[in-house]
Amino acid sequence: MNDTNAFRRETRDWLEENCPPSMRKPIKSGDDMCWGGRNYKFASEEQKQWMERMSAKGWTAPDWPTEYGGGGLDRAEHKILKEEMARIRARSPLDSFGIWMIGPALLKFGSEALKQQHLPPIVRGEIRWCQGYSEPGAGSDLAGLQSKAEDRGDHYIANGQKVWTSYGDKADWMFCLLRTDPEAKKQMGISLALFDMQTPGVTPKPIKLISGSSPFCETFLDDVRVEKDQVVGEVNQGWTIAKYLLTHEREMIGGMGMTDAGAETLGQIALKALGAEHGRMNNPLLRAEVAKWEIDGACFALTAERVTDEVKSGHGVGATSAMLKYYGTELNKRRFESLLKVNGSDSMVWDGKSSNGGWLPRTWLRTKGNSIEGGTSEVQLNVIAKNILGLG
Amino acid sequence: MALVLNEEQQMLKESAQGFLAENAPVAELRKQRDADSHTGYADNLWGQMVDMGWAAILVPEAYGGLEFGHVGMGQIVEQTGRTLTASPLLATAILGVTAINGAGSEEQKTELLGAIASGEMTTALAVDETAHHAPTQVSMAASRQGAGYSLNGSKCFVADGSTADKLIVAARTSGAAGDMKGISLFVVDRTAPGVEVERTKVTDGRNYASIGFNNVEVSEAALLGEEGKGFRALSATLDAGNIYLSAELLGIAQESFDRTLQYLKERKQFGTLIGSFQALQHRAADWWSQLELCKSIVLKALQAIDEGDVKAPALASIAKAKLSEVAELATNEAIQMHGGIGMTDEYEIGFFIKRARPAQTLFGDNSYHTDRFALLSGY
Repeated sequence: MNDTNAFRRETRDWLEENCPPSMRKPIKSGDDMCWGGRNYKFASEEQKQWMERMSAKGWTAPDWPTEYGGGGLDRAEHKILKEEMARIRARSPLDSFGIWMIGPALLKFGSEALKQQHLPPIVRGEIRWCQGYSEPGAGSDLAGLQSKAEDRGDHYIANGQKVWTSYGDKADWMFCLLRTDPEAKKQMGISLALFDMQTPGVTPKPIKLISGSSPFCETFLDDVRVEKDQVVGEVNQGWTIAKYLLTHEREMIGGMGMTDAGAETLGQIALKALGAEHGRMNNPLLRAEVAKWEIDGACFALTAERVTDEVKSGHGVGATSAMLKYYGTELNKRRFESLLKVNGSDSMVWDGKSSNGGWLPRTWLRTKGNSIEGGTSEVQLNVIAKNILGLG
Repeated sequence: MALVLNEEQQMLKESAQGFLAENAPVAELRKQRDADSHTGYADNLWGQMVDMGWAAILVPEAYGGLEFGHVGMGQIVEQTGRTLTASPLLATAILGVTAINGAGSEEQKTELLGAIASGEMTTALAVDETAHHAPTQVSMAASRQGAGYSLNGSKCFVADGSTADKLIVAARTSGAAGDMKGISLFVVDRTAPGVEVERTKVTDGRNYASIGFNNVEVSEAALLGEEGKGFRALSATLDAGNIYLSAELLGIAQESFDRTLQYLKERKQFGTLIGSFQALQHRAADWWSQLELCKSIVLKALQAIDEGDVKAPALASIAKAKLSEVAELATNEAIQMHGGIGMTDEYEIGFFIKRARPAQTLFGDNSYHTDRFALLSGY
């Protein structure tokens, strides 16, 4: 008890001293997030300072072991750090697919050499990662992927095409699913391999979305050399790691159904926009829609909390990531549909200062992808039906 | 507080499950209905529940109770949803205890709570006067008469109203319909002169009543709490009632789901199990997801009453709105996925929808609680 109190005091003091003022303001758009990487242009000197100070303590990856540059915090300490950061509304110092995805996979499945090579630069924000999973012919049926890596003795040569590579044009390295055994049954011949995006033959091309932005690329692989020591885990066993990462991704995307504790609620936004008479918001149908959303949102947030509590206490298996992904993304889409109605014709204004650069219509359109990426809602329902309900 | 049951609560849940499955399964409900039972439950059932201490769970130790808490009681009530077990649990051990403990004087608590805990007395809560729940709209009059009061007016949809020993009645000592101020609570003998009880038969086979009060004279001692200030205790009692009805609806929705899932794995059409059809799989998976949401909100709301959380009223409305929505989905899907056999009286699945609707309606349905949640949220 005393130890945790001491840790809380130290953490609070350190954050007070080291978190720059501008890093304590709410994140308004993707530009306020810090992604790091070789070519990263920091939005401000303070953003750079914040990332560097936090990574020097390993707190960009607080629960990773210190030997790989992480913070080495146990669960209680990690929770305290999060609480203390939330207390001063500190921004995340570094957002990265390295920390969220490939890092945890390397910690679980990677060789010692791969961990030593890749984890410390991730913690320091030096290398930005992207994910090479989907292909034009392999979306929901991911295991049907065709990009292949041919064995050339001391290395592989990879050929094929990846799609929906998040920030592929800005990333430094890719973790990529490649078919290493064309003869094996579809899930059996896949490996997870790592390569530098500057390797000759790797060509990322941004895809413009209906939202007007291009967060994804299609990435062409033409005779790309992949070193054999860059295969994570066993050769041809990549599907196991891929499934682990997909579960991880679902949990992340599912979290979008929840809004920040400090942020304005949908009800408050709607009240401001529509006004009220005799205590009830004008437009009774929209009021009901908003209230129903808030009721479902509260139930969803409690479910995420309950699942975490159940896992911690060793009770039951809890709701799976498939349910959280399915419901969380559908909820997020509903929220933006309601926001659109709440703001009326203003909500369709595409650009200009008054519309904050068209934030609402662009973000609304982007949410349509939530229930597609990381496994569609229909795939999640399949997973629930088969794995949980036992329906063949 | 973590959203998990502790060991004692888990044990209580399991023992309730075992007891109800053996002593009060759905078959018992059919038997009571076919016999046109006056109470809606077997004669010895309440006695057995009292012996197990269920009537005393919410009663403070100081008044002879167990003070075991709402999360524990909620587990029992959820199980009664699975077996569709009628009993005085809700009207007496939950509503009666909450109202008396919340508003009563020392003397009233000692006398009445002790009598409930020992199984000597049952109660019923009489609030609504029209077919739509509206607790502030109470217009039944309680006028001063000598040292006591004279009650005039009528109540409807009073659960256990035709069997309870005492009626806890919301009446107006001042103000007009719509005012929170001026509502007072009275404890009245069901058999007092001027009380006219007419049993209402409802789809669930339980006992409800419409009750007329014609110059019913009660003493000062019948007043529960302060004159004109009964709404606070009434509102807290209704919140508790709605949270427990949500727990029961959770049991109903889960049991409907489990039985339907089993059926999807047994029933063959077109030469294959109907559970292999994706059209049904996706509906079942969505239904299961909704049940996960329901488990979370019911547990949170029960914890909120135990902790005296200021958010308890909002959580009560969230729970009742959500559980009413999902119970409606669950009982409708159950019949649809069972097909023709789901429409027969012989098959038990139809009993669930017939209990779900009155439970949804009692003390406010989905639309009432969605509106109330919005008001509590400031819009």
